[in-house]
Amino acid sequence: MTANKAQIAKQFIAFLPHAKALGMEIVEIGDGSAEITMPYADHLVGDPKTGVIHGGAVSALMDTCGGAAVMSHPDAPAGTATIDLRIDYMRGATPGQAITAKAHVYHITRTVAFVRATACDEDTDRPVASATGAFTVEGR
Amino acid sequence: MARKTPEPVQIVKQRRDAALTALVSGVPYITFMGISFDRRGDEVTAILPFAEKLIGNPTLPAIHGGVTAAFLEVTAVITLSWAYIWEDLESGALDVEALAAGDLPRLPKTIDFTVDYLRSGLPRDAYARATITRAGRRYASVQAEAWQDNRDRPFAQATAHFLMPRND
Repeated sequence: MTANKAQIAKQFIAFLPHAKALGMEIVEIGDGSAEITMPYADHLVGDPKTGVIHGGAVSALMDTCGGAAVMSHPDAPAGTATIDLRIDYMRGATPGQAITAKAHVYHITRTVAFVRATACDEDTDRPVASATGAFTVEGR
Repeated sequence: MARKTPEPVQIVKQRRDAALTALVSGVPYITFMGISFDRRGDEVTAILPFAEKLIGNPTLPAIHGGVTAAFLEVTAVITLSWAYIWEDLESGALDVEALAAGDLPRLPKTIDFTVDYLRSGLPRDAYARATITRAGRRYASVQAEAWQDNRDRPFAQATAHFLMPRND
């Protein structure tokens, strides 16, 4: 059952045109947690002087990862939509390195899922960004 | 007292448009997203033309929440940078030709960004404008709002804080 849902979520993410456009790939998913990685790409650069990826691309990664975590939760029967998302940018991601986000549902009700996420480049001790968000829990 | 003759309108427009174009086209991510900016005086409006690659939920279909967030963030950064260079641009202190050649001003860095999703983004063009609520020497607060068909029915809004580039 859970394995099946994880499989569906994995396929669904691969099916999202924007996630595909950013080259996102699911590393791990299940039981209200998700890990998604996004490779470095020149067209994602936000500051040409430094080569640092635009915050918007990091937001897209965080949002996708948060949504995937909700969808993989055993208490979330179907889809989800973001209600709000707050992202703190701790530092610029190192140019040339992939960014990997990890999200988990830390609380869920019948209608709302509360999510926390962090994003790191290769230096996993110093996160690039962290996020908290609320997502809808949609019925069947 | 001698009054300065106003500059010819074409010169003013050309300078401002060239500066805005340089600022926007210098950022690869903005080009990737297909975002452009419309200018009226010092006010800028961001335009996000709908494209297949912006879809998040293909069954609805709806614009990806990350796209909406990115669109608002791009709008906020450009609006802030534009306000930041405006004075130097108008006084002539900013070299527009150097700017167009790729010598961009240093951009503000996002400290935090909060987006509220008010309704789902439909598969059509979106627009956004940002307001600078506080522009300090070090920090700035910006609010942004995005809409589609109806200006009075925004589909997302955002609040953001930025660290301003240091002038040294």
